[in-house]
Amino acid sequence: MAHAAWRYVRRNLSLVVGIVLLGLLALFVGIGHLVVDTNKSRPLSAPAIRPPSADHPFGTDRQGRDLLATMVAGTPLTLRIGFIAGFLGVGIGSILGFVSAYYRGAVDSIIRGIVDIGLTVPGLLVLIIIAVSLRKGLTVDQMALIVASLAWLNPARTVRAQVLSMRERGYVEVARLSGMSGPEIIVKELMPNLLPYLAATLVNAVSAAILASIGLEVLGLGPIDSPTLGMTLYWVNFNAALINGWWWWWTAPIAIILVVFLGLFFLTVGLDEIANPRLRRVI
Amino acid sequence: MRLDYLARRCGVFVLIVWIAATLNFFLPRLSGQDPVRTKLLQQAQLGGYVHAGIDAMVKDYDRRFGLDRPLWEQYLSYLRDAVRLDFNYSIANYPRKVNEMIAEAVPWTIGLLGSTTLLSFALGTFLGALLAWPGAPRWMRYLMPPLWALHAIPFFLLGLVLIYLLAFEIQLFPMFGGYSGGAFPGFTVTFVWDVIRHAILPAMSIVLVATGGWALAMRGMMVTTQGEDYVTFAEAKGLRSLTIFTRYCLRNAILPQTTALALALGNILSGAVLVEVIFGYPGIGTVLFHAIRENDHFLIQGIVFTVIVALGLATLILDAIYPLLDPRINYRRT
Repeated sequence: MAHAAWRYVRRNLSLVVGIVLLGLLALFVGIGHLVVDTNKSRPLSAPAIRPPSADHPFGTDRQGRDLLATMVAGTPLTLRIGFIAGFLGVGIGSILGFVSAYYRGAVDSIIRGIVDIGLTVPGLLVLIIIAVSLRKGLTVDQMALIVASLAWLNPARTVRAQVLSMRERGYVEVARLSGMSGPEIIVKELMPNLLPYLAATLVNAVSAAILASIGLEVLGLGPIDSPTLGMTLYWVNFNAALINGWWWWWTAPIAIILVVFLGLFFLTVGLDEIANPRLRRVI
Repeated sequence: MRLDYLARRCGVFVLIVWIAATLNFFLPRLSGQDPVRTKLLQQAQLGGYVHAGIDAMVKDYDRRFGLDRPLWEQYLSYLRDAVRLDFNYSIANYPRKVNEMIAEAVPWTIGLLGSTTLLSFALGTFLGALLAWPGAPRWMRYLMPPLWALHAIPFFLLGLVLIYLLAFEIQLFPMFGGYSGGAFPGFTVTFVWDVIRHAILPAMSIVLVATGGWALAMRGMMVTTQGEDYVTFAEAKGLRSLTIFTRYCLRNAILPQTTALALALGNILSGAVLVEVIFGYPGIGTVLFHAIRENDHFLIQGIVFTVIVALGLATLILDAIYPLLDPRINYRRT
């Protein structure tokens, strides 16, 4: 058993790397919340612009935030935006994808048309218009909803393509012949086979949502008084920390964002390999 | 059938233009009040030497988009302006028109984005093909993990790191802007060299990341193609392995890459906007960034509309070229 597990780990190394990276991040946030006072992520709670020291291991920024506390408080906020938007996106997207691929016809044409056009439009710009129109001190959750408004496009397309190939398979035919109804086939026959795909799509969507939210935040359209990772980068840019040589201000958020994206990326690759064993030879 | 396909594709393009204009018109009005008018009034209260101009703008805006006119009339009037690419004056930089500011920034963005996209696409496709070639040198295999890791990073994050390492620590490249402060724009050797020097870091942060993505996709396609029956047949015929590699595998694997290019343009652009912001590069992204800071709705709408339409046009062209590349495709409706 242990041997088989080890063999699988060696074959699907990316899954393990992804889980380890995200696990380390969770550990950082979890232990951080126990040890660090997250109130110090508020402005004026520490002396301004101090390089890392025993008191402030990650240093402090210009508004007097302790950067370690900011990271501990901000990382879960950024992940929260990603998860809310990702789940909403995959939820709505996969329902539309299912309906579109299973029933075909006019519904399919409409949904596919919207998705195709939506995907050629640069998402960040549409999000900018939405955020600019609504801007009245956004909260983290509103931010997640804004990002979610476009997050369903990709899942809808992926799920549609997958269901299209599945509905022609033998076991769906058998279910249809034995008198199962459309929704019943979707839930009982297609869903279980799609789960690994959905998992990979979800991780992708979360990653894309985090990227979009950080993009909006760097442009100054984020939740101004929340210490998310993207807002920290916004302040870095705003205060020209690079030119002033305050390296500790941006190294921590960049390192954490890197861990997030790399972890999610390796997780998708690992999940893809579970979902589509034929890929094994390819990657 | 080609004409039919082209007509349909052009229809989609018109649809994209219409949607972009409609989003621009309705989204700001969704929140109940009219943020554009609020901002205009604010600016008018600030006064200053452009006061009269802003006042005239408010009057003009009220005349065309005032609440006394039905929504559909306002909408039609907006669509008319959008089609003529007339986006009014910039609110924050009053005497300047939005088109003028966009026209000034566009060449920078096209230069940066066009060259980096082409370069990374070519480089990545070539590299990906090499990675799948059985005769490739052994050390190529060690390229894979760094390519994977790089490709998962947003452009602008790499940009930040590059600025610090290559412009701040080792002062190899300028940190900021599109050309040096005192330089005189013009087609002189010194100025062109100055522009190139400023473009290297932003270009690098896009190329390094994007190349990995193209290489990975190309390698995947190559491996799939190498498993096809016609390749086995070619091997059985005793063709030279180089011939099989270039004429049989490469040519087929490159096709899905071009489709992916059309799909990726939007994402690349979103990423490049942030790169421009980080580098203060004088393109569309930086103008947009300042417009957002100053709540300059006309400028933001103008940029978003222009970019969406430009990208729609680019995908239209790519889609029109595609059947020329792939004779198997005849685009009959299925």
